[in-house]
Amino acid sequence: MFKIVAQRILIAIPTLIGVSILAFSLIRLVPGDPILLLLGERGVSKEMYIDIQQKLGLDKPVIEQYFYFLSNAAKGDFGVSIVSKKPVFDEFISRFPATVELGFLAMFWSIIIGIPLGVVAAIKRKTFFDYFLMSGALVGYSMPIFWWGLMLILVFSVGLGWTPVSGRISPFFDVDPVTGFMLIDSLKSPEGWGAFVSSLKHLILPSVVLGTIPMAAIARMTRSGLLEVLKKDYIRTAKAKGLSFYTIVIKHAFRNALIPVVTVIGLMFGTILTGAILTETIFAWPGIGRWIVASVTSRDYPVIQGGVMLIAFVVIFVNMIVDLLYVWIDPKLRDS
Amino acid sequence: MKYFFGIITLCVLAACTPAKNKGTFVFCAEGSPSIFNPQLATDGATFNASSQPIYNRLIAFKPGTTEVKPSLAESWDISDDGLEYSFYLRRGVKFHQTKDFTPSREFNADDVLFTFNRQRDEAHPYHLVSGGTYEYFKSMEMDKIIKDIIKVDNYTVKFILSRKEAPFIANLAMDFASILSKEYADQLEASGSKDKIDNEPIGTGPFVFKRYIKDTLVRYESHKNYFEGPSKIKKLVFAITPDANVRFQKLKTGECHFVGQTSPTDLEGMRAHKKIKLLQRPGMNVGYLAFNTQKIPFKKLLVRRAIYHALNRKSYIEAIYLGYASVAESPLPPVIWGYHSGLRKYEYNIKKAKALLKKAGYPKGFETTLWTLPITRPYNPNGKKMGELMQSDLARVGIKVNLVTYDWPTYLAKINKGEHDLVQLGWTGDNGDPDNFLGVLLSCAAVEPGSNAARWCNNKFSALIIKAKQVSNVGQRSKIYKELQVIFKRELPWVPIAHSITFKAMRSNVYGYIQSPLGTENFYPIEFK
Repeated sequence: MFKIVAQRILIAIPTLIGVSILAFSLIRLVPGDPILLLLGERGVSKEMYIDIQQKLGLDKPVIEQYFYFLSNAAKGDFGVSIVSKKPVFDEFISRFPATVELGFLAMFWSIIIGIPLGVVAAIKRKTFFDYFLMSGALVGYSMPIFWWGLMLILVFSVGLGWTPVSGRISPFFDVDPVTGFMLIDSLKSPEGWGAFVSSLKHLILPSVVLGTIPMAAIARMTRSGLLEVLKKDYIRTAKAKGLSFYTIVIKHAFRNALIPVVTVIGLMFGTILTGAILTETIFAWPGIGRWIVASVTSRDYPVIQGGVMLIAFVVIFVNMIVDLLYVWIDPKLRDS
Repeated sequence: MKYFFGIITLCVLAACTPAKNKGTFVFCAEGSPSIFNPQLATDGATFNASSQPIYNRLIAFKPGTTEVKPSLAESWDISDDGLEYSFYLRRGVKFHQTKDFTPSREFNADDVLFTFNRQRDEAHPYHLVSGGTYEYFKSMEMDKIIKDIIKVDNYTVKFILSRKEAPFIANLAMDFASILSKEYADQLEASGSKDKIDNEPIGTGPFVFKRYIKDTLVRYESHKNYFEGPSKIKKLVFAITPDANVRFQKLKTGECHFVGQTSPTDLEGMRAHKKIKLLQRPGMNVGYLAFNTQKIPFKKLLVRRAIYHALNRKSYIEAIYLGYASVAESPLPPVIWGYHSGLRKYEYNIKKAKALLKKAGYPKGFETTLWTLPITRPYNPNGKKMGELMQSDLARVGIKVNLVTYDWPTYLAKINKGEHDLVQLGWTGDNGDPDNFLGVLLSCAAVEPGSNAARWCNNKFSALIIKAKQVSNVGQRSKIYKELQVIFKRELPWVPIAHSITFKAMRSNVYGYIQSPLGTENFYPIEFK
């Protein structure tokens, strides 16, 4: 176990350096200038341009800027946002809980619904259930997120009035964001339970929308994984031994079928944490994805460089957890 | 697990209406404020969340107009040579009190000096706090216009200017001139947390900043000791909602009371909804198509005139603005004083356009590029579609147009370098002064910064721009601006396309809102009925 963690940490260092080079150079290769953008149609005189450039440290050679950024990043200083003038790390930390809160619930839906659907489809292979569930999963997988989000808002928020349209909590509740996790902070607020219910209601639609694609992918992967395993000799042996259907599927087949599913969950989790841009935009969710996209649009170099590195760090961490899960699921790996 | 499902079910089945409105006014804001000090920002979202609710300025715009009125300065004098402005400050104005700051004194001259010296003096202890770039202050050339600021006594401040500048008073009513508390700054300096001044703001305005939950909510409470009296709404909340359609849905469900930026496609739905009312007024803006007058063939006036005649601008009003705009004849919108209503009109006339092209030496037309605006702006909601209409209009006179677009940062950078041929752009006024349109967009001095997208430099025009800034009499200035518009219409560095109408949507029980031509939102006069 420790060996895996140590290996992963060693691999993480060159990965992070690679990510930093890509994030740093790609945004500079894209035309556009953060200083011109600050003033838009207003234009910038040469004198003012040079003044702002010096203050932002953009007047130095690019290589020098890169090593300055990298040495500071190693000390935990990711620079200051050009737009908000605040440290990138603080900006990341203030948004990360919102992303995690939404991501966990989305992942929760997709796992608790996706896996049972996949199992049912595999067991009832080539029946109406199988076709119905798998075509449903295909629809879910190819659903345009923006359309899906707006449809759910129109039906459940505007039409039925069951859920709020967007946001994290009703503006009528005054919650102090101590942890950044609205479900926790709302419980600590004077309104307590009412605020908690409000924040939970605000989570339902965005998490369902965000969890739709992973749920479909997990269902399909579970089905195909399980079908693969059910063909194996040891399953036939188990059947010949007269084991019950439940024992064969759940105890022997399911655990082995889970390995590719865990891979998908790991990959999906990385995507959910960083790529929920559309969901975050529709539901006005203040997450990491929206933040990074906005900073690309405004060419906020420090946010892009620092933000992407921090995200890479999170994804590497999640992948490490997935690797450890493999070991737990597959005893063969543990022995080797 | 059982409990979790129980909670979810409860949520869905329980009363799903929003919590009870306790005198709280919710504004569905389209963007997040970047900071809470308007000196450091250039975007409307930050101004709406900072300068309007939290701060006041020496001068204010009269609600719904661009006329100036006293605010923190009760009155002012201008010396005969136009270089000295003395401001007599209002007494009894109280700064906000929060859990971290209790003011020991009222607003005075020290606060005015602190506010402006922070922006203009590079040696000021607060100059470099939060980056110290002050883009707006500098782009209005305030660093060059203000030579010195003198505290005459606690309630009198004298600004010494380096040149005559008639729009100076209007500039002082702009957001970047919001007055900060020197006492608060001193307290923060002593505690080593200077940057708090820009993020946990203290002002004299009608609302006290309470809390900002990043990209989600900004919360304010009424300032009970506000010098014009406390607001009628007790709490103000900005619910940040970037998608226009979602803002409309939230207005429908009552999750917010006010929407500032509406999508043209939602207007009919808003009008039809019983619990929503819609206000409208002509915007202080202009959308235009600029010729790069430094490039062939647009150097030739005849070509510019030909294109003017070839564009069917009326059709754009219907197709692009859905009828919510008027055809522009001048670079100045009609809502601004100095607007010339009798300018020569160049009607849509293909025959004339062809004849002019022939006369200019292009009987078969030519090939060029037209850059279409990549973002939605009130002055041009759909640059691409407008580009397609222009392309088809120009094809009729033999001009083959290739449409080009870039993302907004690239678009601006390339215009700044003068790489364009024909380019769509526009402008929304800052302070209601004609110079803010004609000077900023068309003077020779505006070529190098890039705001003069036509890269047009007419010496007579620029000399008149400078002259108009040195005259303080509005009547005389108005005359000069009318003359400038005549020159513009003779030389045609752009084709002005439209002045759009701006809309504000609110719940029908919201009263007292006055729509500003400047586009900023002031919720002080609002009440529920």
